[in-house]
Amino acid sequence: MKPAIRFEQVNYSVDGLHVLRNITGFFPKGKITTLVGPSGAGKTTLFRLCNGLKSPDSGDIFINEKHIKEYDPVTLRRKVGLALQNATMIDGTVFDNLSLPLKLQGKQLEEAEAKRLLNLVGLEEQFLSHGAKDLSGGQRQKVSIARTLVNRPEILLLDEITSALDRISQQDIEELIMNINKKFGTTIIWITHNLDQAVKVADYTWVMIAGEVVETGDISVLTAPKNERVKLFVKGEEN
Amino acid sequence: MSFLNLTLSLIFVLIPLILSKTLNLGLEKDTIIAVVRSIIQLLTVGYILHFVFTSNDYLYIILMIGLIIGAATANARKKGTSIPGITGKLIFTFLFVELLTQGILLGFGITPPTAQYMIPISGMMVGNSMVLAILFLNRFASEVHAYEEEIELILSLGGTPKQAIHRQLITAIKASTIPTIESQKTMGLVQLPGMMSGQIIAGADPIQAVQFQLLVLFLLLTTAVITSVLLGFLSYPTLFNQRMQRVKEGNPTD
Repeated sequence: MKPAIRFEQVNYSVDGLHVLRNITGFFPKGKITTLVGPSGAGKTTLFRLCNGLKSPDSGDIFINEKHIKEYDPVTLRRKVGLALQNATMIDGTVFDNLSLPLKLQGKQLEEAEAKRLLNLVGLEEQFLSHGAKDLSGGQRQKVSIARTLVNRPEILLLDEITSALDRISQQDIEELIMNINKKFGTTIIWITHNLDQAVKVADYTWVMIAGEVVETGDISVLTAPKNERVKLFVKGEEN
Repeated sequence: MSFLNLTLSLIFVLIPLILSKTLNLGLEKDTIIAVVRSIIQLLTVGYILHFVFTSNDYLYIILMIGLIIGAATANARKKGTSIPGITGKLIFTFLFVELLTQGILLGFGITPPTAQYMIPISGMMVGNSMVLAILFLNRFASEVHAYEEEIELILSLGGTPKQAIHRQLITAIKASTIPTIESQKTMGLVQLPGMMSGQIIAGADPIQAVQFQLLVLFLLLTTAVITSVLLGFLSYPTLFNQRMQRVKEGNPTD
């Protein structure tokens, strides 16, 4: 397996507090990796490092085997798309939000393309003119995913994107992400608290606890854990 | 005005003191401090100005303007602690405003190059610039704080720092300059400007006083816009590092 993102002894701290400790490992290219672990494990911070929103205190990160520092930040962020849990919307309509990534490049999003993106994430076309801040949590998540896809990222980082969705919408998004992975070969890294979902969608998985990578491997890491801390986490006892 | 008249004007200090005592407002101490400070400060400035005006030496004029800029910087910088290097940016902004306005006034011969004109006009311009700087810094800090997530979103989608902060910057520039523009709309209708009133009381021709006041109003408009725009465009890059990452207060190496 070729790595899409590779970490070598990455450390990151905030105000002297270690958020990530000695992270070493990789997310395989073209696969879906689920990133699981209790709250405060440093999963979202790891995403911010991959997207270039933060830099590690020490250690190295490679994107497609090229050091992250060698990328221009703008190019990196378009290549490594990030959809965060809070699904922040800018003021304006859903169309304004979908247009944002291209507007930042001085380009215009065609209405037909915007409609196609909405269909892709399971939203009806009439949502285009809706106020983005009036959407429900689930609808915002869907618009956020569609917006991230506008940049056609090679790597897609998804942070708890289905946590606000009902069961049916969750399944729709799972299928959508698996389709994107198959159709475009996009590398997906998906933070989820839902272990059933993690098992269902993943080719590969990472378990992080308290800023450390405890276990990585295929899905048997979660279905038949050998590591004691992972066993406790899967049972819901490791926090 | 004689010293007897000036002493009698203290009646206007007694009124708020009596009201504060009667209504238990607790403003007596602050009122007395304010009155004593203003008497000492203004008399001191009066004597200094008298000395500078009679000497008409450019060194003293430059020193006075330096003092004005220093005091304005010391006051305004307290509102910009979240912006790295704010002191230097404020000094640059006030100096720019001073040089531009005096450059136009003296360059076109609108006012003579004497201490009597240069120092009061500098005081008005830099004073206005200081108020604008405080208004801008206050609003900019609160806008950035309120829209951190939006700023991060734009950066994460491949936007530049300028694109990420554009909305907050423009909002703060507009919000800080609006009071100056609005107050000029009602000028002469709601209030008579202090300087013009002072000139008329001192016996100047009202038309001449109005002409001079108009000049000052136009200068204030320029300083308002220039201060906010300049300070804004000097400040926003310091909120990001070379990797286009948001640098937060107390965490500059993010």
